[in-house]
Amino acid sequence: MLDNAIYLVVSIAILVTMGLAMARAILGPTVYDRVLAANVFGTKTVLLLSVIAFLYGRPDFLDLALTYALINFVGILAVLQFFQSRSRTEAKEAKD
Amino acid sequence: MELTLDILSFVLMTTGGAFVLIGGIGALRLPNVYTRLHAASLTDTMASILIIAGIMLQAGFSLAAIKLLAILIFLLLTGPTASYAIANAALLSGLDPQCDGSTVGAADGDDESGEELRS
Amino acid sequence: MIEVVFGVFLLTLLVITAVAVVRTENLFVAVMLMSIFSLLMAANFFILDAADVALTEAAIGAGITTVIFLGALALTAQREKRSPNGRFATLGVISVLAALMIWATFDKPRLGDPDAPVHQHVAPWYLEQTPELMGIPNVVTAVLGSFRGYDTLGEVFVVFAACIGVLFVLSAGQGLDRGLFAPDPESEGLRHHLIPKVVGRLLVPFIVLFGLYVQFHGEYGPGGGFQAGAIIATGVILYALLEGEASALNALPRSVLLGMVVGGALLYTGVGVAGMLLGGNFLDYSVLMSDPVIGQQVGIVLIEAGVGITVCGSLLSIFHAFAAREAR
Repeated sequence: MLDNAIYLVVSIAILVTMGLAMARAILGPTVYDRVLAANVFGTKTVLLLSVIAFLYGRPDFLDLALTYALINFVGILAVLQFFQSRSRTEAKEAKD
Repeated sequence: MELTLDILSFVLMTTGGAFVLIGGIGALRLPNVYTRLHAASLTDTMASILIIAGIMLQAGFSLAAIKLLAILIFLLLTGPTASYAIANAALLSGLDPQCDGSTVGAADGDDESGEELRS
Repeated sequence: MIEVVFGVFLLTLLVITAVAVVRTENLFVAVMLMSIFSLLMAANFFILDAADVALTEAAIGAGITTVIFLGALALTAQREKRSPNGRFATLGVISVLAALMIWATFDKPRLGDPDAPVHQHVAPWYLEQTPELMGIPNVVTAVLGSFRGYDTLGEVFVVFAACIGVLFVLSAGQGLDRGLFAPDPESEGLRHHLIPKVVGRLLVPFIVLFGLYVQFHGEYGPGGGFQAGAIIATGVILYALLEGEASALNALPRSVLLGMVVGGALLYTGVGVAGMLLGGNFLDYSVLMSDPVIGQQVGIVLIEAGVGITVCGSLLSIFHAFAAREAR
């Protein structure tokens, strides 16, 4: 019972943080704030899934959290590549 | 022994939960992208270590514990990398990291500010 | 009880995100919000105990959709065009539809009701027969791979057709001087960013390894060909981001990718035809081996491999089609 309570407390903390990150994602103001919020959301999802897997007693579902832990940052790296190529293109256009 | 482990994991996970909350509040309340990134990424790392260590104590020595360890390692590798990528993307687009006393600095305004600043 | 509270909270966030996606005119913001949407969706599926679906959402939503959206965004303008006409007509149609759908939910059985019609039909038979006929613990894989093998074959051909369609549409335009890897697709990438380079190089093999684990562990836990194909494709895309697109194309040329798209679908169909040649029905795996249970297992492993190969090839072909717009 005690461990269920603790899982519950932690998952509520994570859910509240997800709400805060959501507020940041919607408020902006810059696009990077939204990328940041998406990133916070990603790591929080990994933690939430790990905690819930144990809250429900389904540790074999941890594969899902592992997937996110492995490939969540690929999207963020693509964001960096996106801005890098755009700033290069603009620099090149300005030079021409 | 059992009780000690339980209490230890209880403490670890509560502290982790507190870190998660602090990070969330920081990401919402701090004045500009870089400071928000600072709050979010630092607490992310710490909270992941604490929470997953707490769950591992509960899981005991099993396949789940090894998976949790893998999750922790990958989180510790990818989290800071993602933070680096965000900070670098913001910097590349010409968002000024200096906060010049006025609360929001260069990042003030609506969605367009990021685009306008890039020029 | 906890499930309901969590589920309601996550669904509320989901609705807020969806509204925000619709409201924003900055497409980049929409892409970021969509990635949050996908995370919420996966968490929701997970709470509903649908681990296989959640894993699919995770494998697709975590990396690939963001990358492909950004690739498309690099080719277009960043803002949505305003279309002032017909807003009220749209609103009317949508509200009528929404009202109809809400009205229809009153007839729905309670969430998780064991007496719901869907749990009375073939589901009990699947649950009963899977251990006996196939000897694998994951009933979802048994249903997808064997009992409903036709449906999955159809899905593979949908993926195949979608991939061909995207390639056709994108090859119609002439080479543009933009895109995710502009201005010089040969040399760039994130090669001079030290931290992503080191971490990424370290992680690519683990991602591919994990993809293979998901592929071949699908009979015993959540997973299967579709998820594995997406995860492996993510690994290759990570490599492309780090080393520049040309290096990824060197490692896996376009012809190989197209071969994968076709080969996976052919492998699936081939297993079905082999069943026919050995005297069974199309996609009946029991005849593949002398022991029908082993035959079922071999058949499922083979068709899952086919699904994985096709999905991986399609996603990578689409990625390259968006990312590389060099003049041809």
